[in-house]
Amino acid sequence: MLSNLHPYLTAGLGGILIGLASWLLWWGLGRIAGISGITSETLSSPTHPDTWRWAFLAGLILGGCLLGQGLEVPTLSTRPLYLLIPAGLLVGFGTVWGSGCTSGHGVCGLGRLSVRSLVAVGVFMATGMLVVTLMRGAA
Amino acid sequence: MSAQPERAGRLGLAFSAGLLFSAGLVLSGMTQPLKVLGFLDITAIGKGPFPGLWDPTLAFVMGGAVCVTLLAFGWTHRMAQAPRFADQFHVPGQRHIDLPLVGGAVLFGAGWGLVGYCPGPALASALLSTDALIFTAAMLAGMLICKTFLSKRAKIAD
Repeated sequence: MLSNLHPYLTAGLGGILIGLASWLLWWGLGRIAGISGITSETLSSPTHPDTWRWAFLAGLILGGCLLGQGLEVPTLSTRPLYLLIPAGLLVGFGTVWGSGCTSGHGVCGLGRLSVRSLVAVGVFMATGMLVVTLMRGAA
Repeated sequence: MSAQPERAGRLGLAFSAGLLFSAGLVLSGMTQPLKVLGFLDITAIGKGPFPGLWDPTLAFVMGGAVCVTLLAFGWTHRMAQAPRFADQFHVPGQRHIDLPLVGGAVLFGAGWGLVGYCPGPALASALLSTDALIFTAAMLAGMLICKTFLSKRAKIAD
């Protein structure tokens, strides 16, 4: 189904849905839809009486599974552990230390015109591009 | 409003926001690491006529999302005194460009560039792909490590 639409169009539409979801959380609960923040807070206080973070994560994980399956989105299960594990550790550590990821700093932070978020987005995009370039060179 | 409907409303809203967020991630291509890596591979711009072998798709994702948040966050601030199901807006309080912000972004960007997953797409694919599941487990460990050693500085989402 997805293949009938131009990838730029589905990308833009998907982006709009991500923006709407972020706005929904802000309008309803007054919370930033930062995935790394929501995840790490849930990890460090799993029994917090206000369980909205669990509800959000359940929607994200279940929705991703059902829609990914339904739309037959290609997945990857091929990369070696020596890449996946350090990458996961870096992303987990870095997003907590830097107070956000693509969603909290990118989608929400830029929307709120936060200078901190603009700096963070510039830095993680540049670093990501540098690492991809180095990896392509090494491969 | 009594406590029970309020609580149900909060949880229903949070669950719906999570679902909608995942729909955006899946539809946009963010859950496909090869597309993400193709976007980060800017040197591919030089390979052939523009955009060469570079995949600009993900710029449309961020563009679409930020267009909505720019309008919607500004509108919400002008129109609403408080969120629908909460007492106050939790505006991030930090102001300074400091080492944790920049250092954290460097580490995050490096991990993102290694395999093409950031936290949202990894969680949204965790039940579909072994790669995403292993990455997510390592990411949760990295978050706990950072929370443990830098707990004073790690004030996210509050």
